Amino acid sequence: MTPGVFVLLTFLASVGAGLLGALLGLGGGIIIIPALTLFLGMDIHYAMGASIVSVIATSSGAAAAYVRDRITNLRIGMFLQMATTTGAIMGAFLNGLVSPRLLYAIFGVMLAFSAVGMFQKRKEELPQAVPDSRAAARLRLEGEYYDGVLRQRVKYRATGVGGGFAMMYVAGLVSGLLGIGSGLFKVIAMDLFMQLPLKVSTATSNFMIGVTAAASAGVYFAQGYINPLAAAPVALGVLLGALWGTRVMTGTRSTTLRKIFIPLILYVAVEMLLKGLGWSWR
Amino acid sequence: MMFRRRPRAFDHELFIGTWLWIGVVVSAVLIAAGLVLFFVQHRTGYPAGRPLDLASLLRYEPNLTPALFPTTLRAVVAGTLQLRPYAVIELGLLLLIGTPVMRVAFSIVAFALERDRQYTLYTTIVLAILLLSFFLGRVGE
Repeated sequence: MTPGVFVLLTFLASVGAGLLGALLGLGGGIIIIPALTLFLGMDIHYAMGASIVSVIATSSGAAAAYVRDRITNLRIGMFLQMATTTGAIMGAFLNGLVSPRLLYAIFGVMLAFSAVGMFQKRKEELPQAVPDSRAAARLRLEGEYYDGVLRQRVKYRATGVGGGFAMMYVAGLVSGLLGIGSGLFKVIAMDLFMQLPLKVSTATSNFMIGVTAAASAGVYFAQGYINPLAAAPVALGVLLGALWGTRVMTGTRSTTLRKIFIPLILYVAVEMLLKGLGWSWR
Repeated sequence: MMFRRRPRAFDHELFIGTWLWIGVVVSAVLIAAGLVLFFVQHRTGYPAGRPLDLASLLRYEPNLTPALFPTTLRAVVAGTLQLRPYAVIELGLLLLIGTPVMRVAFSIVAFALERDRQYTLYTTIVLAILLLSFFLGRVGE
């Protein structure tokens, strides 16, 4: 393969990753790492570097649109980000100390349960009868957005603040330990624990993963994990895909998004359980 | 419970969104320019005594000198001024990596201008943790 063909293929794969990532609030690392290591035979270090770039590109690419459209809830994002970034630092430190295989197994199980939870909510377009929460009221974790496909303004508020905060801490830990964006855990925290509308969860997750990834990206850069020839088409492709994804999201129903989530969560759950048994992408 | 109204004069979200957009566009232009330079000039700008085939370009050799690409900000800036393709790409990538940090910093300003003390504090905490992570990362090398 020539460098030119490689750049083109990587670019195309990245557009897909960016599209899916912006739509679902993920960083695309779930797609990028397997695509680069399995199909393009790249070294895992460069794949991780490219993945972290893709998370930031998805986040910043989509964020400009979502924040302007006011789907992202900045207060919820910032409040929860305190938990995620703390978790990310601790995760990075725990990296050498805890058995990675045990961690993968635990996360795999957590994701499997979450897939079940998501499946139970599969018919839910918007959250119904969200219980009152004094913590949420004090923190003003509420808002409204315009749902393009339902063609209505949706008012919402959060609940389960403690559970959401704790899950966000776990999301940060996952990110620091495994070097991924962990957008999936973030969406699960906001959707299942805090009962926010799914679109608010995905847009807010998009906002948060970039900040979490930035914490790792500086280190990866200094360690030479970010190969320009690999990271450049990934960055450009993901940016393009994410911009496209934000448009697609406005025209998509939350129930459709859920249907994409369920197999995705299961796929990552299986991947993590396999890693817990000693298998890996290398 | 006091509910603070956002002052109409200052649109928090639009302000941050605009700056994000600028950062993303400039970084994309730099990355694309670097790629164009690479293909047009047939060089990376960092000769490592190896041919320019894909396998060599993607081989992971952490402590090779001379390095295949720069890994410090100073080297990236110096390389960009010399129009080395890889340096230009990396400058764009670094700017992209900076956009989330910029977003958090701007949020602090925005919340402060809205006189939202609670969230100015939370956002500052996030920025502090973020900067701490950069610092700890360097120390860990």
